[in-house]
Amino acid sequence: MQPKTETAPGMGTELLEVNLGPQHPSTHGVFRMIATLDGETIRKLKPVMGYMHRNHEQIAEAGLTYIGCFPYTDRLDYFCAMTSNLGLSIAIEKLAGIEVSERGEYIRIIMAELTRLVNHTAVTGFLLNDMGAFGTPLLYAFREREKILDLFEMASGSRMMCNYVRPGGVREDLPAGFVERCQALVDGYPRFLDEFEALLTTNEIIQQRTQRVGVLPKALAVDASITGPMLRASGMNYDIRKVDGYSIYPRFAFKVPLGTIGDTYDRYYVRILEMRESIKILQQALKELPQASPSISPKGQAIGKAPRTFRPPKGDAYGRIEAPKGELGFYLVSDGSPQPYRYHIRAPSFINLTVLEDLCLGHKVADAIIILGSIDIVLCEVDR
Amino acid sequence: MIGTGVLKGMGVTFKTFVETYPWGRALLRLLRIPSPNGVVTVEYPDVKQQHSERFRYFPFLVYDQTPDNLRCVACRICEQECPPACIHIIMEKDAQGRPVKAHGRTLPNIFDIDTSVCMSCRICVDVCPFDAIEMDRQYELAGEGRFEDMVMHKDQLLRSNEYFQQIKPTEAATVDRRLAAKAAKAAASAAKPSEPAAS
Repeated sequence: MQPKTETAPGMGTELLEVNLGPQHPSTHGVFRMIATLDGETIRKLKPVMGYMHRNHEQIAEAGLTYIGCFPYTDRLDYFCAMTSNLGLSIAIEKLAGIEVSERGEYIRIIMAELTRLVNHTAVTGFLLNDMGAFGTPLLYAFREREKILDLFEMASGSRMMCNYVRPGGVREDLPAGFVERCQALVDGYPRFLDEFEALLTTNEIIQQRTQRVGVLPKALAVDASITGPMLRASGMNYDIRKVDGYSIYPRFAFKVPLGTIGDTYDRYYVRILEMRESIKILQQALKELPQASPSISPKGQAIGKAPRTFRPPKGDAYGRIEAPKGELGFYLVSDGSPQPYRYHIRAPSFINLTVLEDLCLGHKVADAIIILGSIDIVLCEVDR
Repeated sequence: MIGTGVLKGMGVTFKTFVETYPWGRALLRLLRIPSPNGVVTVEYPDVKQQHSERFRYFPFLVYDQTPDNLRCVACRICEQECPPACIHIIMEKDAQGRPVKAHGRTLPNIFDIDTSVCMSCRICVDVCPFDAIEMDRQYELAGEGRFEDMVMHKDQLLRSNEYFQQIKPTEAATVDRRLAAKAAKAAASAAKPSEPAAS
Protein backbone atom coordinates (compact mmCIF):
# COMPACT_ATOMS: atom_id res chain seq x y z
CA MET A 1 0.00 0.00 0.00
CA GLN A 2 1.45 3.34 -1.07
CA PRO A 3 1.49 6.26 1.40
CA LYS A 4 -1.52 8.43 1.02
CA THR A 5 -1.40 12.11 0.13
CA GLU A 6 -4.13 14.66 0.52
CA THR A 7 -4.85 17.09 -2.28
CA ALA A 8 -8.35 18.22 -1.36
CA PRO A 9 -10.15 17.83 1.96
CA GLY A 10 -11.75 14.46 2.17
CA MET A 11 -10.20 13.15 -1.01
CA GLY A 12 -7.45 10.53 -0.69
CA THR A 13 -4.94 10.06 -3.49
CA GLU A 14 -2.09 7.66 -3.94
CA LEU A 15 1.35 7.87 -5.44
CA LEU A 16 1.43 6.21 -8.84
CA GLU A 17 4.36 4.39 -10.34
CA VAL A 18 4.74 4.86 -14.10
CA ASN A 19 7.21 3.30 -16.50
CA LEU A 20 8.50 5.65 -19.17
CA GLY A 21 10.13 3.41 -21.71
CA PRO A 22 12.08 1.23 -22.41
CA GLN A 23 10.58 1.74 -25.86
CA HIS A 24 9.42 5.32 -25.85
CA PRO A 25 9.90 8.04 -28.48
CA SER A 26 11.37 10.49 -26.00
CA THR A 27 13.83 8.22 -24.21
CA HIS A 28 16.50 8.61 -26.92
CA GLY A 29 17.05 4.90 -27.35
CA VAL A 30 16.17 2.00 -25.13
CA PHE A 31 15.97 3.45 -21.64
CA ARG A 32 13.48 3.20 -18.81
CA MET A 33 12.56 5.76 -16.18
CA ILE A 34 10.50 4.47 -13.28
CA ALA A 35 8.73 7.61 -12.15
CA THR A 36 6.70 7.81 -8.95
CA LEU A 37 4.07 10.44 -9.49
CA ASP A 38 1.95 12.52 -7.20
CA GLY A 39 -0.61 13.74 -9.69
CA GLU A 40 1.62 15.22 -12.39
CA THR A 41 4.57 15.89 -10.10
CA ILE A 42 7.56 13.59 -9.90
CA ARG A 43 8.36 12.44 -6.38
CA LYS A 44 10.88 9.73 -7.20
CA LEU A 45 12.64 8.69 -10.39
CA LYS A 46 14.78 5.68 -11.03
CA PRO A 47 16.68 5.36 -14.31
CA VAL A 48 17.03 1.79 -15.58
CA MET A 49 19.69 1.20 -18.21
CA GLY A 50 21.49 -1.71 -19.79
CA TYR A 51 19.03 -2.58 -22.57
CA MET A 52 21.63 -1.70 -25.19
CA HIS A 53 24.60 -3.46 -23.57
CA ARG A 54 26.88 -4.83 -26.30
CA ASN A 55 29.82 -5.91 -24.22
CA HIS A 56 32.32 -3.81 -26.13
CA GLU A 57 34.96 -3.72 -23.37
CA GLN A 58 34.95 -7.50 -22.94
CA ILE A 59 35.00 -8.13 -26.69
CA ALA A 60 38.10 -5.97 -26.93
CA GLU A 61 39.81 -7.86 -24.12
CA ALA A 62 38.79 -11.25 -25.50
CA GLY A 63 40.51 -11.03 -28.86
CA LEU A 64 40.44 -7.75 -30.73
CA THR A 65 43.62 -6.00 -31.67
CA TYR A 66 44.03 -2.34 -30.78
CA ILE A 67 43.06 -1.35 -34.33
CA GLY A 68 40.14 -3.78 -34.24
CA CYS A 69 38.61 -1.70 -31.42
CA PHE A 70 38.18 1.35 -33.67
CA PRO A 71 35.04 0.26 -35.55
CA TYR A 72 33.42 -0.47 -32.18
CA THR A 73 34.22 2.99 -30.84
CA ASP A 74 32.29 4.42 -33.82
CA ARG A 75 29.26 2.69 -32.40
CA LEU A 76 29.61 4.06 -28.86
CA ASP A 77 28.19 7.45 -29.62
CA TYR A 78 26.86 7.28 -33.14
CA PHE A 79 26.69 11.07 -33.44
CA CYS A 80 30.35 11.51 -32.62
CA ALA A 81 32.33 8.70 -34.26
CA MET A 82 35.29 10.94 -34.98
CA THR A 83 35.80 12.04 -31.38
CA SER A 84 35.41 8.49 -30.10
CA ASN A 85 38.13 7.39 -32.53
CA LEU A 86 40.26 10.31 -31.38
CA GLY A 87 39.91 9.37 -27.70
CA LEU A 88 41.09 5.81 -28.30
CA SER A 89 43.92 7.04 -30.54
CA ILE A 90 45.18 9.38 -27.84
CA ALA A 91 45.12 6.56 -25.25
CA ILE A 92 47.06 4.25 -27.59
CA GLU A 93 49.57 6.98 -28.40
CA LYS A 94 50.17 7.50 -24.69
CA LEU A 95 50.52 3.77 -24.15
CA ALA A 96 52.99 3.18 -26.98
CA GLY A 97 54.62 6.62 -27.20
CA ILE A 98 53.63 7.38 -30.80
CA GLU A 99 54.27 10.82 -32.28
CA VAL A 100 51.48 12.38 -34.35
CA SER A 101 52.22 13.95 -37.71
CA GLU A 102 51.61 17.69 -38.01
CA ARG A 103 49.01 17.47 -40.76
CA GLY A 104 47.37 14.57 -38.98
CA GLU A 105 46.88 16.74 -35.89
CA TYR A 106 45.16 19.43 -37.91
CA ILE A 107 42.89 16.97 -39.70
CA ARG A 108 41.91 15.49 -36.35
CA ILE A 109 41.04 18.89 -34.92
CA ILE A 110 38.94 19.73 -37.99
CA MET A 111 37.08 16.43 -37.68
CA ALA A 112 36.60 16.76 -33.91
CA GLU A 113 35.17 20.26 -34.18
CA LEU A 114 32.90 19.29 -37.07
CA THR A 115 31.69 16.47 -34.84
CA ARG A 116 30.92 18.99 -32.10
CA LEU A 117 28.83 20.96 -34.60
CA VAL A 118 26.98 17.78 -35.61
CA ASN A 119 26.28 16.76 -32.04
CA HIS A 120 25.18 20.12 -30.68
CA THR A 121 23.03 20.86 -33.72
CA ALA A 122 21.31 17.50 -33.51
CA VAL A 123 20.80 17.55 -29.75
CA THR A 124 19.21 20.99 -29.92
CA GLY A 125 16.83 19.66 -32.54
CA PHE A 126 15.97 16.65 -30.39
CA LEU A 127 15.47 18.83 -27.32
CA LEU A 128 12.87 20.83 -29.22
CA ASN A 129 11.29 17.62 -30.47
CA ASP A 130 10.91 16.47 -26.86
CA MET A 131 9.38 19.81 -26.03
CA GLY A 132 6.60 19.18 -28.54
CA ALA A 133 7.87 21.19 -31.51
CA PHE A 134 7.55 18.19 -33.78
CA GLY A 135 9.67 18.22 -36.85
CA THR A 136 10.58 21.77 -37.72
CA PRO A 137 13.64 22.56 -35.54
CA LEU A 138 14.84 18.95 -35.74
CA LEU A 139 14.68 18.92 -39.53
CA TYR A 140 16.48 22.25 -39.80
CA ALA A 141 19.18 20.77 -37.57
CA PHE A 142 19.35 17.59 -39.63
CA ARG A 143 19.59 19.57 -42.87
CA GLU A 144 22.82 21.13 -41.60
CA ARG A 145 24.04 17.90 -40.04
CA GLU A 146 23.67 16.23 -43.42
CA LYS A 147 26.14 18.67 -44.98
CA ILE A 148 28.76 17.79 -42.38
CA LEU A 149 28.08 14.08 -42.75
CA ASP A 150 28.72 14.47 -46.50
CA LEU A 151 32.15 15.84 -45.60
CA PHE A 152 32.78 12.86 -43.31
CA GLU A 153 31.79 10.52 -46.13
CA MET A 154 34.15 12.31 -48.46
CA ALA A 155 37.10 11.84 -46.12
CA SER A 156 36.42 8.48 -44.51
CA GLY A 157 33.96 6.69 -46.78
CA SER A 158 31.17 6.51 -44.23
CA ARG A 159 28.78 9.12 -42.94
CA MET A 160 28.44 8.02 -39.35
CA MET A 161 30.68 5.00 -38.72
CA CYS A 162 33.81 6.81 -39.86
CA ASN A 163 36.65 4.66 -38.47
CA TYR A 164 39.03 7.36 -39.67
CA VAL A 165 41.35 8.52 -36.89
CA ARG A 166 44.32 6.25 -36.19
CA PRO A 167 47.21 6.32 -33.72
CA GLY A 168 49.75 8.71 -35.22
CA GLY A 169 47.31 10.62 -37.42
CA VAL A 170 44.46 9.53 -39.64
CA ARG A 171 43.87 6.53 -41.90
CA GLU A 172 44.28 8.31 -45.20
CA ASP A 173 44.81 11.87 -46.32
CA LEU A 174 41.95 14.23 -47.13
CA PRO A 175 40.61 13.85 -50.68
CA ALA A 176 40.97 16.60 -53.25
CA GLY A 177 38.39 19.33 -52.79
CA PHE A 178 37.70 18.60 -49.14
CA VAL A 179 39.25 21.77 -47.76
CA GLU A 180 37.29 24.00 -50.14
CA ARG A 181 33.98 22.33 -49.31
CA CYS A 182 34.73 22.42 -45.60
CA GLN A 183 35.65 26.11 -45.81
CA ALA A 184 32.38 26.88 -47.60
CA LEU A 185 30.43 25.00 -44.92
CA VAL A 186 32.23 26.71 -42.05
CA ASP A 187 31.69 30.13 -43.65
CA GLY A 188 27.98 29.44 -44.06
CA TYR A 189 27.38 27.92 -40.62
CA PRO A 190 27.07 31.16 -38.60
CA ARG A 191 24.18 32.16 -40.85
CA PHE A 192 22.40 28.93 -40.01
CA LEU A 193 23.07 29.47 -36.31
CA ASP A 194 21.65 33.00 -36.52
CA GLU A 195 18.55 31.61 -38.18
CA PHE A 196 18.30 28.78 -35.64
CA GLU A 197 18.60 31.26 -32.79
CA ALA A 198 15.98 33.56 -34.34
CA LEU A 199 13.71 30.53 -34.37
CA LEU A 200 14.45 29.38 -30.82
CA THR A 201 16.38 31.59 -28.42
CA THR A 202 13.86 34.39 -27.96
CA ASN A 203 10.81 32.19 -28.38
CA GLU A 204 8.60 32.80 -25.35
CA ILE A 205 7.21 29.26 -25.28
CA ILE A 206 10.70 27.78 -25.12
CA GLN A 207 11.72 30.22 -22.40
CA GLN A 208 8.63 29.29 -20.38
CA ARG A 209 9.29 25.60 -20.73
CA THR A 210 13.03 25.63 -20.04
CA GLN A 211 14.00 28.49 -17.75
CA ARG A 212 14.39 27.39 -14.12
CA VAL A 213 13.52 23.82 -15.12
CA GLY A 214 15.95 21.12 -14.06
CA VAL A 215 18.42 23.37 -12.26
CA LEU A 216 21.77 21.68 -11.64
CA PRO A 217 23.66 23.52 -8.89
CA LYS A 218 27.37 23.95 -9.44
CA ALA A 219 28.29 22.04 -6.25
CA LEU A 220 26.18 19.03 -7.21
CA ALA A 221 27.55 19.05 -10.74
CA VAL A 222 31.11 18.89 -9.42
CA ASP A 223 30.27 16.25 -6.81
CA ALA A 224 28.62 14.01 -9.39
CA SER A 225 31.61 14.49 -11.75
CA ILE A 226 29.43 15.89 -14.50
CA THR A 227 31.46 17.06 -17.50
CA GLY A 228 30.94 18.76 -20.80
CA PRO A 229 28.40 21.45 -21.72
CA MET A 230 26.23 20.34 -18.80
CA LEU A 231 28.91 21.27 -16.26
CA ARG A 232 29.75 24.50 -18.01
CA ALA A 233 26.06 25.47 -18.07
CA SER A 234 26.20 25.36 -14.27
CA GLY A 235 28.94 27.99 -14.35
CA MET A 236 31.99 25.76 -13.79
CA ASN A 237 34.86 26.65 -16.10
CA TYR A 238 36.23 23.22 -16.95
CA ASP A 239 37.03 22.26 -20.52
CA ILE A 240 39.59 19.53 -21.12
CA ARG A 241 40.68 21.26 -24.33
CA LYS A 242 41.90 24.08 -22.07
CA VAL A 243 42.80 22.09 -18.93
CA ASP A 244 44.85 19.34 -20.60
CA GLY A 245 45.66 21.20 -23.78
CA TYR A 246 45.82 17.87 -25.60
CA SER A 247 46.61 17.61 -29.30
CA ILE A 248 47.20 21.12 -30.69
CA TYR A 249 44.32 22.96 -29.00
CA PRO A 250 46.64 25.46 -27.20
CA ARG A 251 47.46 26.92 -30.63
CA PHE A 252 43.92 28.10 -31.22
CA ALA A 253 42.18 31.11 -29.72
CA PHE A 254 38.74 30.22 -28.42
CA LYS A 255 36.63 30.93 -25.36
CA VAL A 256 34.82 28.53 -23.06
CA PRO A 257 31.17 29.64 -22.85
CA LEU A 258 29.63 29.40 -19.39
CA GLY A 259 26.05 29.36 -18.17
CA THR A 260 24.79 30.99 -14.99
CA ILE A 261 22.30 28.87 -13.04
CA GLY A 262 22.45 25.56 -14.89
CA ASP A 263 18.85 25.17 -15.98
CA THR A 264 17.68 23.57 -19.21
CA TYR A 265 17.80 26.91 -21.04
CA ASP A 266 21.43 27.42 -20.02
CA ARG A 267 22.32 23.96 -21.26
CA TYR A 268 20.67 24.76 -24.59
CA TYR A 269 22.34 28.15 -24.89
CA VAL A 270 25.83 26.97 -23.88
CA ARG A 271 25.68 24.49 -26.76
CA ILE A 272 24.78 27.23 -29.22
CA LEU A 273 27.69 29.35 -27.99
CA GLU A 274 30.04 26.37 -28.14
CA MET A 275 29.17 25.87 -31.78
CA ARG A 276 30.18 29.46 -32.46
CA GLU A 277 33.53 28.82 -30.73
CA SER A 278 33.98 25.61 -32.74
CA ILE A 279 33.55 27.63 -35.92
CA LYS A 280 36.36 29.93 -34.75
CA ILE A 281 38.63 26.92 -34.18
CA LEU A 282 37.71 25.50 -37.58
CA GLN A 283 38.49 28.78 -39.33
CA GLN A 284 41.93 28.88 -37.72
CA ALA A 285 42.66 25.20 -38.34
CA LEU A 286 41.65 25.40 -42.01
CA LYS A 287 43.86 28.44 -42.49
CA GLU A 288 46.90 26.85 -40.85
CA LEU A 289 46.44 23.33 -42.28
CA PRO A 290 49.90 22.22 -43.49
CA GLN A 291 50.39 21.17 -47.10
CA ALA A 292 49.73 17.56 -48.08
CA SER A 293 52.68 15.26 -47.55
CA PRO A 294 53.23 11.87 -49.20
CA SER A 295 52.49 9.96 -46.02
CA ILE A 296 50.10 11.36 -43.52
CA SER A 297 50.93 9.16 -40.55
CA PRO A 298 53.55 6.57 -41.51
CA LYS A 299 53.46 4.88 -38.12
CA GLY A 300 49.67 4.82 -37.86
CA GLN A 301 49.30 3.47 -41.38
CA ALA A 302 51.88 0.80 -40.66
CA ILE A 303 49.96 -0.27 -37.56
CA GLY A 304 46.74 -0.35 -39.58
CA LYS A 305 48.35 -2.59 -42.21
CA ALA A 306 49.49 -5.23 -39.73
CA PRO A 307 47.59 -4.95 -36.44
CA ARG A 308 49.06 -8.18 -35.02
CA THR A 309 52.59 -6.78 -35.08
CA PHE A 310 51.63 -3.81 -32.93
CA ARG A 311 52.56 -4.74 -29.38
CA PRO A 312 52.70 -1.79 -26.98
CA PRO A 313 55.09 -2.15 -24.02
CA LYS A 314 53.71 -3.38 -20.70
CA GLY A 315 51.98 -0.65 -18.76
CA ASP A 316 48.79 1.36 -18.64
CA ALA A 317 47.55 4.68 -19.99
CA TYR A 318 44.49 6.86 -19.62
CA GLY A 319 43.71 9.10 -22.57
CA ARG A 320 40.91 11.60 -22.33
CA ILE A 321 39.39 14.20 -24.61
CA GLU A 322 36.63 16.76 -24.49
CA ALA A 323 34.02 14.92 -26.51
CA PRO A 324 30.89 16.92 -27.40
CA LYS A 325 29.09 15.27 -24.50
CA GLY A 326 31.83 15.58 -21.88
CA GLU A 327 34.98 13.86 -20.79
CA LEU A 328 35.50 10.73 -22.87
CA GLY A 329 38.29 8.62 -21.43
CA PHE A 330 39.87 5.35 -22.46
CA TYR A 331 41.84 3.35 -19.92
CA LEU A 332 44.11 0.73 -21.44
CA VAL A 333 46.32 -1.86 -19.76
CA SER A 334 48.82 -3.65 -21.96
CA ASP A 335 50.54 -6.93 -21.11
CA GLY A 336 52.76 -6.73 -24.17
CA SER A 337 50.46 -8.77 -26.43
CA PRO A 338 48.58 -7.49 -29.51
CA GLN A 339 45.33 -7.38 -27.51
CA PRO A 340 44.53 -4.98 -24.69
CA TYR A 341 44.63 -6.74 -21.31
CA ARG A 342 42.13 -4.30 -19.83
CA TYR A 343 40.05 -1.82 -21.74
CA HIS A 344 37.70 0.58 -20.02
CA ILE A 345 35.68 3.50 -21.31
CA ARG A 346 34.67 6.46 -19.19
CA ALA A 347 31.54 7.41 -21.07
CA PRO A 348 30.26 10.97 -20.52
CA SER A 349 26.63 10.07 -21.28
CA PHE A 350 26.57 7.47 -18.52
CA ILE A 351 28.02 9.70 -15.82
CA ASN A 352 25.97 12.75 -16.80
CA LEU A 353 22.85 10.62 -16.54
CA THR A 354 23.41 9.89 -12.83
CA VAL A 355 21.94 13.26 -11.74
CA LEU A 356 18.69 12.72 -13.62
CA GLU A 357 16.67 12.15 -10.45
CA ASP A 358 18.02 15.28 -8.72
CA LEU A 359 17.11 17.38 -11.73
CA CYS A 360 13.60 15.98 -12.12
CA LEU A 361 12.31 15.97 -8.53
CA GLY A 362 9.41 18.34 -8.04
CA HIS A 363 8.89 18.91 -11.75
CA LYS A 364 6.08 17.71 -13.97
CA VAL A 365 6.28 14.61 -16.19
CA ALA A 366 6.55 16.74 -19.34
CA ASP A 367 9.52 18.59 -17.79
CA ALA A 368 11.30 15.30 -17.04
CA ILE A 369 11.25 14.53 -20.76
CA ILE A 370 12.84 17.91 -21.56
CA ILE A 371 15.44 17.49 -18.81
CA LEU A 372 16.43 14.10 -20.21
CA GLY A 373 16.74 15.68 -23.64
CA SER A 374 18.91 18.50 -22.31
CA ILE A 375 21.35 16.09 -20.62
CA ASP A 376 22.24 14.86 -24.11
CA ILE A 377 22.72 11.12 -23.87
CA VAL A 378 23.19 8.43 -26.45
CA LEU A 379 22.12 5.12 -25.02
CA CYS A 380 24.70 3.17 -26.99
CA GLU A 381 27.36 5.04 -25.06
CA VAL A 382 25.57 4.72 -21.72
CA ASP A 383 25.37 0.92 -21.92
CA ARG A 384 28.38 0.23 -24.14
CA MET B 1 6.98 42.47 -25.90
CA ILE B 2 5.48 39.04 -25.39
CA GLY B 3 4.99 37.25 -28.68
CA THR B 4 7.71 38.90 -30.75
CA GLY B 5 10.00 35.88 -30.31
CA VAL B 6 7.33 33.55 -31.61
CA LEU B 7 6.61 35.82 -34.57
CA LYS B 8 10.32 36.04 -35.42
CA GLY B 9 10.52 32.24 -35.38
CA MET B 10 7.50 32.01 -37.68
CA GLY B 11 9.32 34.35 -40.05
CA VAL B 12 12.15 31.82 -40.24
CA THR B 13 9.82 28.93 -40.99
CA PHE B 14 8.00 31.02 -43.61
CA LYS B 15 11.27 31.88 -45.33
CA THR B 16 12.26 28.20 -45.36
CA PHE B 17 8.89 27.35 -46.88
CA VAL B 18 9.27 29.99 -49.59
CA GLU B 19 12.78 28.96 -50.57
CA THR B 20 11.76 25.39 -51.38
CA TYR B 21 10.05 26.71 -54.54
CA PRO B 22 11.91 28.01 -57.60
CA TRP B 23 9.77 31.18 -57.64
CA GLY B 24 10.55 31.64 -53.95
CA ARG B 25 14.28 31.45 -54.52
CA ALA B 26 13.94 33.93 -57.40
CA LEU B 27 11.97 36.26 -55.16
CA LEU B 28 14.54 36.05 -52.35
CA ARG B 29 17.32 36.76 -54.87
CA LEU B 30 15.38 39.78 -56.04
CA LEU B 31 15.05 41.02 -52.45
CA ARG B 32 18.77 40.26 -51.85
CA ILE B 33 17.99 37.88 -48.96
CA PRO B 34 20.54 35.02 -48.82
CA SER B 35 18.85 31.64 -49.27
CA PRO B 36 21.41 28.85 -49.22
CA ASN B 37 18.97 25.98 -48.82
CA GLY B 38 16.03 25.03 -50.98
CA VAL B 39 15.14 21.39 -51.57
CA VAL B 40 17.70 19.15 -49.86
CA THR B 41 16.09 15.71 -50.07
CA VAL B 42 15.89 13.18 -52.92
CA GLU B 43 13.03 10.77 -53.57
CA TYR B 44 15.01 7.64 -52.89
CA PRO B 45 13.92 4.66 -54.96
CA ASP B 46 13.54 6.87 -58.08
CA VAL B 47 16.53 9.14 -57.49
CA LYS B 48 19.69 7.96 -55.77
CA GLN B 49 21.96 10.00 -53.59
CA GLN B 50 25.30 10.91 -55.15
CA HIS B 51 28.03 9.39 -53.02
CA SER B 52 31.61 10.55 -52.77
CA GLU B 53 34.33 8.37 -54.22
CA ARG B 54 35.46 6.85 -50.93
CA PHE B 55 31.94 5.71 -50.01
CA ARG B 56 32.24 2.15 -48.76
CA TYR B 57 29.68 -0.48 -48.02
CA PHE B 58 30.58 -4.12 -48.55
CA PRO B 59 33.79 -5.87 -49.66
CA PHE B 60 34.36 -7.59 -52.99
CA LEU B 61 37.20 -9.68 -54.40
CA VAL B 62 39.28 -8.29 -57.24
CA TYR B 63 40.40 -10.39 -60.22
CA ASP B 64 42.62 -9.42 -63.15
CA GLN B 65 41.39 -10.17 -66.72
CA THR B 66 39.58 -13.48 -66.08
CA PRO B 67 37.57 -14.53 -63.01
CA ASP B 68 39.91 -17.48 -62.30
CA ASN B 69 42.86 -15.08 -61.94
CA LEU B 70 42.03 -14.01 -58.39
CA ARG B 71 44.40 -11.81 -56.43
CA CYS B 72 43.36 -13.55 -53.21
CA VAL B 73 45.75 -16.30 -52.06
CA ALA B 74 43.60 -17.49 -49.13
CA CYS B 75 46.16 -16.35 -46.53
CA ARG B 76 43.31 -15.72 -44.05
CA ILE B 77 44.72 -12.47 -42.65
CA CYS B 78 41.41 -10.65 -43.23
CA GLU B 79 39.56 -13.54 -41.58
CA GLN B 80 41.69 -13.10 -38.45
CA GLU B 81 41.53 -9.32 -38.36
CA CYS B 82 37.83 -8.84 -39.16
CA PRO B 83 36.46 -7.37 -35.90
CA PRO B 84 33.02 -9.05 -36.05
CA ALA B 85 34.53 -12.20 -37.66
CA CYS B 86 32.23 -12.31 -40.67
CA ILE B 87 34.72 -13.72 -43.21
CA HIS B 88 35.17 -17.46 -43.72
CA ILE B 89 37.94 -18.79 -45.97
CA ILE B 90 39.06 -22.32 -46.89
CA MET B 91 42.01 -22.84 -49.23
CA GLU B 92 41.65 -24.92 -52.42
CA LYS B 93 43.44 -28.25 -51.86
CA ASP B 94 43.82 -31.43 -53.87
CA ALA B 95 43.06 -34.99 -52.71
CA GLN B 96 46.42 -35.29 -50.92
CA GLY B 97 45.79 -32.08 -48.96
CA ARG B 98 48.35 -30.01 -50.88
CA PRO B 99 47.41 -26.47 -51.89
CA VAL B 100 46.33 -26.16 -55.53
CA LYS B 101 48.07 -23.39 -57.45
CA ALA B 102 46.73 -21.35 -60.35
CA HIS B 103 48.76 -18.58 -62.02
CA GLY B 104 51.52 -19.34 -59.51
CA ARG B 105 49.30 -18.61 -56.49
CA THR B 106 47.21 -20.53 -54.03
CA LEU B 107 43.53 -19.70 -54.16
CA PRO B 108 40.46 -19.91 -51.94
CA ASN B 109 37.98 -22.76 -52.38
CA ILE B 110 35.43 -21.12 -50.09
CA PHE B 111 35.32 -17.39 -49.47
CA ASP B 112 32.14 -16.33 -47.66
CA ILE B 113 31.24 -12.97 -46.16
CA ASP B 114 28.15 -12.57 -44.04
CA THR B 115 26.35 -9.37 -45.08
CA SER B 116 24.30 -9.20 -41.92
CA VAL B 117 27.39 -9.30 -39.67
CA CYS B 118 29.75 -7.11 -41.72
CA MET B 119 29.98 -3.61 -40.27
CA SER B 120 31.65 -1.91 -43.26
CA CYS B 121 34.73 -0.93 -41.29
CA ARG B 122 37.23 -1.48 -44.15
CA ILE B 123 39.82 -3.19 -41.92
CA CYS B 124 39.98 -6.19 -44.31
CA VAL B 125 41.05 -3.81 -47.09
CA ASP B 126 43.69 -2.18 -44.90
CA VAL B 127 45.28 -5.47 -43.81
CA CYS B 128 45.28 -7.28 -47.17
CA PRO B 129 48.91 -7.50 -48.38
CA PHE B 130 47.83 -8.39 -51.95
CA ASP B 131 45.18 -5.66 -52.52
CA ALA B 132 42.81 -8.53 -53.24
CA ILE B 133 39.78 -7.22 -51.36
CA GLU B 134 38.21 -3.79 -51.85
CA MET B 135 35.06 -1.99 -50.74
CA ASP B 136 32.07 -1.83 -53.07
CA ARG B 137 29.51 0.99 -53.25
CA GLN B 138 26.52 -1.27 -53.87
CA TYR B 139 24.26 -0.98 -50.81
CA GLU B 140 20.99 -2.58 -51.88
CA LEU B 141 21.75 -6.05 -50.56
CA ALA B 142 18.49 -6.86 -48.81
CA GLY B 143 17.26 -10.43 -49.03
CA GLU B 144 14.80 -12.74 -47.36
CA GLY B 145 16.80 -15.80 -46.34
CA ARG B 146 19.21 -15.42 -43.45
CA PHE B 147 21.76 -17.84 -44.93
CA GLU B 148 20.63 -18.17 -48.59
CA ASP B 149 20.62 -14.42 -49.33
CA MET B 150 22.70 -12.79 -46.61
CA VAL B 151 25.86 -14.89 -46.89
CA MET B 152 27.78 -13.92 -50.03
CA HIS B 153 29.84 -16.67 -51.65
CA LYS B 154 33.01 -16.41 -53.71
CA ASP B 155 31.27 -16.26 -57.09
CA GLN B 156 28.98 -13.45 -55.89
CA LEU B 157 31.91 -11.45 -54.51
CA LEU B 158 34.05 -11.48 -57.66
CA ARG B 159 34.53 -8.18 -59.49
CA SER B 160 37.02 -7.27 -62.19
CA ASN B 161 39.78 -4.72 -61.71
CA GLU B 162 38.08 -2.61 -64.41
CA TYR B 163 35.02 -2.38 -62.20
CA PHE B 164 37.21 -1.21 -59.34
CA GLN B 165 38.85 1.39 -61.57
CA GLN B 166 35.44 2.56 -62.63
CA ILE B 167 33.92 3.02 -59.16
CA LYS B 168 37.01 4.34 -57.36
CA PRO B 169 39.43 5.81 -59.93
CA THR B 170 41.83 7.47 -57.47
CA GLU B 171 42.16 4.53 -55.12
CA ALA B 172 42.42 2.01 -57.99
CA ALA B 173 45.20 4.04 -59.61
CA THR B 174 47.18 3.98 -56.34
CA VAL B 175 46.68 0.22 -56.01
CA ASP B 176 47.67 -0.39 -59.66
CA ARG B 177 50.86 1.65 -59.20
CA ARG B 178 51.73 -0.28 -56.05
CA LEU B 179 51.13 -3.66 -57.72
CA ALA B 180 53.15 -2.65 -60.80
CA ALA B 181 56.07 -1.63 -58.57
CA LYS B 182 55.83 -4.95 -56.74
CA ALA B 183 55.77 -6.91 -60.00
CA ALA B 184 58.79 -4.98 -61.32
CA LYS B 185 60.68 -5.71 -58.11
CA ALA B 186 59.79 -9.42 -58.29
CA ALA B 187 60.93 -9.55 -61.94
CA ALA B 188 64.22 -7.85 -61.02
CA SER B 189 64.93 -10.27 -58.17
CA ALA B 190 64.02 -13.24 -60.43
CA ALA B 191 66.53 -12.01 -63.00
CA LYS B 192 69.31 -12.01 -60.38
CA PRO B 193 68.62 -15.14 -58.32
CA SER B 194 72.01 -15.07 -56.55
CA GLU B 195 71.20 -11.88 -54.60
CA PRO B 196 68.84 -12.11 -51.62
CA ALA B 197 65.42 -10.55 -52.24
CA ALA B 198 64.91 -7.17 -50.62
CA SER B 199 62.41 -7.32 -47.80
